[in-house]
Amino acid sequence: MWFRKDRAPKEPREKRSKVPEGLWVKCESCREILYNKELARNFKICTKCGYHFRLSAPERLRMLFDDEKYVELEVGLRSVDPLRFRDSKRYRDRLKNAEENVGTSEAIRIGTGTMGGIPVLIGAMEFFFLGGSMGSVVGEKVTRAAERALVESKPLIIVSTSGGARMQEGILSLMQMAKISAALSRLAEARIPYISVMTDPTTGGVTASYAMLGDVNVAEPNALIGFAGPRVIEQTIRQTLPEGFQRSEFLLEHGMLDFVVDRTEMKETLVRCLELLWRAA
Amino acid sequence: MRVQAAGPVPATIPEPAPADSSSREDTRRRPKADRVATIPLVNGEDGQFEEPILRLRRRIEELEALPEDAGHRKEIERTREKLERVSREIYASLTPWQKTLVARHPARPYTLDYIGALMTEFVELHGDRTFADDPAVVAGVGRFRGRPVAVVGHQKGRDTKEKVRRNFGMPRPEGFRKALRVMRLAEKFDRPILSFVDTAGAYPGIDAEERGQAEAIAVNLRAMSAFRVPIVVTVTGEGGSGGALALGLGDRVLMLEHAIYSVISPEGCAAILWKDAARKKEAAEALRLTAGDLKELGIIDEIIPEPPGGAHADPEGAAAAVAEAIERHLKDTSDLTGEERRERRYRKFRAMGRHEEQPNE
Repeated sequence: MWFRKDRAPKEPREKRSKVPEGLWVKCESCREILYNKELARNFKICTKCGYHFRLSAPERLRMLFDDEKYVELEVGLRSVDPLRFRDSKRYRDRLKNAEENVGTSEAIRIGTGTMGGIPVLIGAMEFFFLGGSMGSVVGEKVTRAAERALVESKPLIIVSTSGGARMQEGILSLMQMAKISAALSRLAEARIPYISVMTDPTTGGVTASYAMLGDVNVAEPNALIGFAGPRVIEQTIRQTLPEGFQRSEFLLEHGMLDFVVDRTEMKETLVRCLELLWRAA
Repeated sequence: MRVQAAGPVPATIPEPAPADSSSREDTRRRPKADRVATIPLVNGEDGQFEEPILRLRRRIEELEALPEDAGHRKEIERTREKLERVSREIYASLTPWQKTLVARHPARPYTLDYIGALMTEFVELHGDRTFADDPAVVAGVGRFRGRPVAVVGHQKGRDTKEKVRRNFGMPRPEGFRKALRVMRLAEKFDRPILSFVDTAGAYPGIDAEERGQAEAIAVNLRAMSAFRVPIVVTVTGEGGSGGALALGLGDRVLMLEHAIYSVISPEGCAAILWKDAARKKEAAEALRLTAGDLKELGIIDEIIPEPPGGAHADPEGAAAAVAEAIERHLKDTSDLTGEERRERRYRKFRAMGRHEEQPNE
């Protein structure tokens, strides 16, 4: 959960999000020491255990767009502090710190370009920015992306990773779920494809709105995906959760995903889906 | 986490009872509202604010138990006046945390109580046609002020057995899917939809996750945004996050004066952001979850005033206010065409949120 990140010292986060700076990096899953360049060549997947390292939004967009080229949209949108929210820290300060530490202004980036030669819009969420939480700006960016996809008649792909709605914007965050779902409804009526890609972790209000509304719902292996977080469920039912619960493979088994695909094959699989579903025969 | 009832509380609205037998127990005749409302809101320090009201109600009860005589009648009269004044004063300045407690009050009217009071006919419809019937959601067709409507809403239970059966009003996916099924019927047969929101949230359990809790909520949001028939939503008690919103997307969203509506419970928010669930009062302040806050933030259209002492002190009065507001908004939005309604509903939710925009770098 993102609120833990705030407490964590800065160093491990840098190591994780800016892997190329160090020569070696330790796999978070199997503890294997990996040569960084090789890791980068392998889509940031551990060469030993197959663990998918979390990607930043720009890494994700470069991975999906042809020749790693895209134009970022809606870059001028910034969060405000509508509730003047303050817990142990002020929301404004949290935003400022996140922007400085992560080097991005919000928890999602929207890009336009081509994927496998098909003009598309892609949104990639940024888990390292306040846990990928969805506030007004995330909601506005996704909604604008959906509206643009409708106007330009381009498929929309959103790669999610989020702890859910952003508490510091209160009810306004919750309403983003309604706003985005309404925009996706229009896209669906216009028969323009929307593909949802879920990565580790995707929970809460993001799962309960756009992440589950894809014409095709896809996930990376072993990603945590759910509505309630595992700790909340454990506290509610007072028993330990079964092994593999709320992981991609579990969701696939329960009929919630179309398929689970390795990051190495993500792009070509998405392109194939779009070609088979949407492109003129 | 849950407010505990002091004991079994019979339901509030005497009649007419819903046609379905399984829901009849929720609408049993109950004694006078005064008596029921002597049940403490919540034990301990948090409930202290209601103590003066409870004292007066107990006093009235005592006096009523005495043999009739003119002196007693006068005393009762005076105490009643005082009760109303004190209730009004206390309820006029509730803190957000106190409102949270009132919104969860075990004697607060629930959806079936409103259905009982508002509908002249009602047929409850069950099941999602896929997995099960979720008693945490009620749905059906009824007649409201002469007009056939579809009704959906969360349903909490009154006594312990009923609370468990209704899962404390926390739906599983099949509950949301049942509501969707009935709303689709409404769309098909051109009936307005009345929705009553009152839940702590969608149930966080293993089975709920297995059957796609998130998907069920998301699909409801998408569908409700696109219906052509009017949708009037009333938040009657707790508006608990996604589980509330899943029945909460409408042309009009009304909210009772002491209801709350929030992205997360104050306890949950305190546990996460303050790392201490005991700081729920601060969290309740910070979240801006009262009807007044939501009106200011442009999320709801109207605050429905509650009787002095809250809806649980006078369920009939509360139901009358709810009926009046719903009818007015239903009439307003019924004048539009289906397409106009869809467009306006889209714009309504499209405008929610606050951001600033700098010129592109």
